[in-house]
Amino acid sequence: MNSIDFSHKAVEMVDVVKKFGDFTANDRINLTVHKGEVHALLGENGAGKTTLMNVLYGLYQPTEGAVRINGKPLSVKDPNVAIKNGIGMVHQHFMLVEPFTVTQNIILGNETTKMLGMIDIKKAESEIAALSERYGLAVDPKAVIQDLSVGAQQRVEILKTLYRGAQILILDEPTAVLTPQEIQELVGIIHNLTREGKSIIIITHKLKEIKQVADFCTIIRRGKHIDTVEVDQVTEEDLASKMVGREVSFKVEKDPQPQGDRILEIRDLVVEDSRGIPAVNGLNLDLYKGEILGIAGVDGNGQTELIEALTGLRPAKSGQALVREKEITNLTPGKIIQQHGISHIPEDRQKRGLIFEFDIAENLILENYATEAFSKGFTLDFKRIYRNADQLIEKFDIRPQNSKLAAKALSGGNQQKMIIAREVANDPDILIAAQPTRGLDVGAIEYVHKALVDQRNQGKAVLLISFELDEVINVSDRIAVIYEGKIVGIIDAHDADEKEIGLMMAGGTA
Amino acid sequence: METLIKDIGFIIGTTLMYSTPLIFTSLGGVITERSGVVNIGLEGMMYFGAFAGAAAAYFYQDPWIGLAFAGVGGMILGLIHAIACVSFSAEQIVSGIAINFLGPGAALFISRMLFDGATQTLTIPNKMPLPLDFLFGEGNLFPSSGFMDLVFNRFATVYIAFFLVFLVWFVLYRTKVGMRVRAVGENPEAAMTLGISVTRIRYGAVMMSGLFAGLGGAAMSIAVVSRFSNTLISGHGFIALAAMIFGKWKPQGALLACLLFGGAKGLEIFLGSKGVPIPGDILAMLPYILTIVILVGLVGQTTPPGAIGKIFDKSEHS
Ligand SMILES: Nc1ncnc2c1ncn2[C@@H]1O[C@H](COP(=O)(O)OP(=O)(O)O)[C@@H](O)[C@H]1O
Ligand SMILES: [Mg+2]
Repeated sequence: MNSIDFSHKAVEMVDVVKKFGDFTANDRINLTVHKGEVHALLGENGAGKTTLMNVLYGLYQPTEGAVRINGKPLSVKDPNVAIKNGIGMVHQHFMLVEPFTVTQNIILGNETTKMLGMIDIKKAESEIAALSERYGLAVDPKAVIQDLSVGAQQRVEILKTLYRGAQILILDEPTAVLTPQEIQELVGIIHNLTREGKSIIIITHKLKEIKQVADFCTIIRRGKHIDTVEVDQVTEEDLASKMVGREVSFKVEKDPQPQGDRILEIRDLVVEDSRGIPAVNGLNLDLYKGEILGIAGVDGNGQTELIEALTGLRPAKSGQALVREKEITNLTPGKIIQQHGISHIPEDRQKRGLIFEFDIAENLILENYATEAFSKGFTLDFKRIYRNADQLIEKFDIRPQNSKLAAKALSGGNQQKMIIAREVANDPDILIAAQPTRGLDVGAIEYVHKALVDQRNQGKAVLLISFELDEVINVSDRIAVIYEGKIVGIIDAHDADEKEIGLMMAGGTA
Repeated sequence: METLIKDIGFIIGTTLMYSTPLIFTSLGGVITERSGVVNIGLEGMMYFGAFAGAAAAYFYQDPWIGLAFAGVGGMILGLIHAIACVSFSAEQIVSGIAINFLGPGAALFISRMLFDGATQTLTIPNKMPLPLDFLFGEGNLFPSSGFMDLVFNRFATVYIAFFLVFLVWFVLYRTKVGMRVRAVGENPEAAMTLGISVTRIRYGAVMMSGLFAGLGGAAMSIAVVSRFSNTLISGHGFIALAAMIFGKWKPQGALLACLLFGGAKGLEIFLGSKGVPIPGDILAMLPYILTIVILVGLVGQTTPPGAIGKIFDKSEHS
């Protein structure tokens, strides 16, 4: 536990209600955060966590309720008021000006000037260097944002709040985009901050992280305040069921099943990344019907390039990938989907998985629009397209149940359900799932895992790529460890040992 | 030899003169687009400025008062564009098109009222002064019609335009206000979360672009020529817009692109005056063709400001 000053209430939100038209996003939420405390906000996608924090930061005006900062009632009518009162927010989608430098981003809106209104960039740079030193937030003040890693960009966001003297920091899903190492760094930073008496509100879906960093946790479900608990007193399962409103199983249920025939054979595959360096470097792997083969590995060991080569999105330099003894490397994605029965749940669902502006029904036929099922002659058969959508929405529980809604209006979990629905409806022989649960909450994760197991039970071959070792161990039948573009070991998931796999992922020999 | 040098001086001088209206307008384009608001209404603003400038210069018999009217006139159209695009989230291209009808429409309407139904003003009594003649007396600093005289003895607007290029660059890239303008044009949400008013910045930038375009129009009607006529501004606003894009949304880039176009125009006039056996209509196309060829050939890929043309609705973005 951090050294919390229980006599000092840094933030009090009392019976906060926020309505958007008829829709109530926050329904009488109470939140108290003390000085030096890390307080987690937990809730499914769309529960109203970001909305509540936007109220605190002055981006939204509460419909009802009160906010007190350090005991004083405060009407936070815009971010300026929040900033002046020591509140800083790191938004889920970073609020950075990409072509600007780190320093420019940090001082924006709070610039120190010298004569003629010129910005004193030198002074700002040295202040920022000092600040980053003090809290262990390593960034180069002169670097341009678009050249920085996501982790470094996040450090810039945190520095932005500290530069304005924030005492209360809101972090909206800060770990969703980070690698495991970066997450550990963030945990260290959070400790540095609370040690100085700062209060932190952290939004996350990841129960493990709550257990690791938070003192208290407030759970919100559908805009309602469910409970506030002391983290030490509850288990991850408790938190999960409070959040979802039912029991959630972390264990993936699956019966043993005999391995079927070999369907995919990868031989000495070499694939270059965009810089021309072989990212997949002589990889061998077999995939059988009726199994889930998980690929475990640290990000950047050739996973992305492997998937892209198998799905026709990137040329293979040499070697082969054979589906039922037939070569598929360097075919077009269309051929691979239609003739070789490979379906793909892409890593970046917003960029490759769907078209933001298209509605659900249209997104559901992206691969099949030209087939007889959905078109007659030159024109699309919208009657059938929407009927198809209604069926899939029902079957895959996509919410809201409105086939005419644009994909961008769906939550991450529902976008993923839509993609899974489309890919599975294709009745593939091989399903490639790349990081299928990234950014999803536990309820949605459970759903995705069930869908993968379901495919396996139907005798399909599933190739699962994930950076979350827990997930790979939990869902797979066999685990292949990838390191520097090669498979360095294959393990039966039954006798998988997390430590052993971790070592192999880091290039050690088991 | 001497004629060659003189000819070169003549071409440079005409280049400067014809570039100036474009430079003003193009700078206006840089300012507004840097804040994220597209303004294809520059043409209409320039047109109105050309009229307002000439009319005021005629009635007050003072080109400076003309220039002021032109600036304010352009700014009013800028205000209309800002109200539509910033406050009412109108499609920026559509509003720009409307401004392009509104500017000329208003100019011609008022012209008919003031000048006995004519769609042009009367000749203004005093054009923009030549600062060198004003300061040193005619022919005292450089011999009349010599190379130096041809190049440097130019209207005050030419000097103002070059100074403004520097000023706009300085403000955009060295000052607080400029940084905020660019931030708003790249990522308005980010600016908003830091307590910067996107609305205020954009209003300011769009109105400044109107002011600059108005000055550009006047630089044509009270300096290059000495009256407004209904065909005076025919596409110059669009060329300035293109120059701003070719100049990669930078003041110095826009300057170069405008000079290039002005240079082609200077060449056209020079060749015309020498009686080169090329039909006048073909010669008149020269600046446009040259501009396209050179710019397409020389200018690589350009990256516009990130949020350009996108409607920013405060309530939608958290
Ligand atoms: N500006 C808005 N207008 C209308 N509805 C909104 C707005 N912002 C959020 N919502 C809705 O409020 C609910 C809660 O959203 P949010 O607070 O972002 O959830 P969370 O951060 O918990 O995932 C969602 O159903 C979302 O669609
Ligand atoms: Mg959120």
